[in-house]
Amino acid sequence: MIGSETPSETVEPSATTAPGPVVEPETGWTASVRRRVEKTLPITELLPTKQPAYIGSWVYVFGVVTIAALFWVVLSGVVLAFFGSAWWHVSSVGHFFNSIHFWSVQMFFIFMVLHLWGQFWGAGWRDGRAKTWMVGVVIFAISVGTAFTGYVIQQNFDSQWIAINAKDAINSTGFGGLFNALNFGQMYGLHVMLFPIGVTLLVVLHIIQVRAKGVVRPIDDPMPVTP
Amino acid sequence: MKASKVDKQTYYRGVRMIPYDLLKEVTIAMLGVLGVVLILSAVLSSPDVPSVTLQSWSKADPVDFLTTATGELGGSTLVATYGPPYNSGSAAAQSWGPLAPQQWAGVHVPVNAPNDFVLEPLTQATAGDVDLASALSTYQAASGDQQQKWLANYTTGLSTATVAADGTVNVPSGDYGPVSVLMDRMLTLARSGGLDALLLTSNHFYQTDFTRPLLFLDDGGYIANLATQQKLIGSDWGVMNETGRYPGSAWLWLYTMWYQIPPFNSPTGFLGISAANTDLAVVGVMLILTALLFLVPVIPGLRDIPRWIPIHKLIWRRHYAEIRQAAGTAKE
Repeated sequence: MIGSETPSETVEPSATTAPGPVVEPETGWTASVRRRVEKTLPITELLPTKQPAYIGSWVYVFGVVTIAALFWVVLSGVVLAFFGSAWWHVSSVGHFFNSIHFWSVQMFFIFMVLHLWGQFWGAGWRDGRAKTWMVGVVIFAISVGTAFTGYVIQQNFDSQWIAINAKDAINSTGFGGLFNALNFGQMYGLHVMLFPIGVTLLVVLHIIQVRAKGVVRPIDDPMPVTP
Repeated sequence: MKASKVDKQTYYRGVRMIPYDLLKEVTIAMLGVLGVVLILSAVLSSPDVPSVTLQSWSKADPVDFLTTATGELGGSTLVATYGPPYNSGSAAAQSWGPLAPQQWAGVHVPVNAPNDFVLEPLTQATAGDVDLASALSTYQAASGDQQQKWLANYTTGLSTATVAADGTVNVPSGDYGPVSVLMDRMLTLARSGGLDALLLTSNHFYQTDFTRPLLFLDDGGYIANLATQQKLIGSDWGVMNETGRYPGSAWLWLYTMWYQIPPFNSPTGFLGISAANTDLAVVGVMLILTALLFLVPVIPGLRDIPRWIPIHKLIWRRHYAEIRQAAGTAKE
């Protein structure tokens, strides 16, 4: 076993004179990552019970409702994927789940764009939060790609027409052979697997960034100078 | 000390903190969004206009189908001369000055229109059809000039063709060689639904790639006419629309907008950008704009816009009111 010859904890044989376990400094990758996580995002920051009073603005609602909409997008998508790509065309229950998926996506984009504009006009990238903004922009871009692949795998007229039209733009960039909108199998795999995983992981990262750094202070409300 | 370097305790120094229940907020948001989505789903449903098949096309507009099939056989359709990634043509190949990524990438989804769309499906359907086998042999043995002559004559004949009640197409007599038999069988094959399957054929049992049938549909006028009726064509902001009265991909409004304005929709263009290379130009513009959006925090001027246009006064109006109130109280 790796590290078995250097135990991190030992117990003195005499219970009457022993001061307790002697703990040696923990080393190794695991300990290093744990220390980093504990420092960056302690549980009190991950699940906070206090926030700055200035978050009492409607702008801060858009972030959480975007995540809520994403949750229902993924859940309804899982149901649609489970029953197969043709199910919703022949089942009224399936069509209802497709409608839930459809409107969840619409809500997701509306809220995400409002969140983006809210953060833009509040300059949410200030005070060391540039990476948070950048991850958000990447989420938006991948979401557009995810929605596109969703549209072309619907197996209806919209799918055909959107794929036919979009192919010219994709082909013009030289990526038409790599990303073929007319190839249902490729688009289906990307839509139900790679793109949603990418969006979800980046959203988790985005939330961690927000929780770790905290909510940026209002513009022209400078941090008190620390001596 | 820079605000970006301090810990959160220091960063929040002097800020009034209020009780906050994250899980309660998330739960309310989840339920609220679900409620809205359920209502919209129940009341408005979602679009699902059935797909067009080669069978439905050949039944609804057999002359358009035959005109397209004749064009595919003669290699004169857009797809037949498209260029990469389908073939070595140049009809749809776009470039901007020396920038030609479409040509650089080369052919990766090979499509040979005469063979893939007409000759190969007909060859597979020859079993027991002596006339078809003979027509195929005659056509393939003829010179290129002779083939083009037959095809041109047949295309001209189609322009005055009539459609009988049973769906057969009556083309006026002419020198069509074997082409009339080939096209007659193409129509029969399509009307039976067999062509839909034959265009998907590869060496595998399972089929998931619809590149060929979609390209064949794209070459015809039928699907474009249906799209026009639904206001889905490019000049109607079609990329962001969808069938029915549904919102479509509204998030693509900026991308779609470029297609509606010069020089992107202009035949003559400006700085080498015109309708001829509009896709490449629009994608390029959107990539640049996305990069700018990504880099807003580090671009002077761009990152200062929120300070110059004080919408933040509206966002944090209560906070600023508290500060003004506190300042007023301190003066008193």
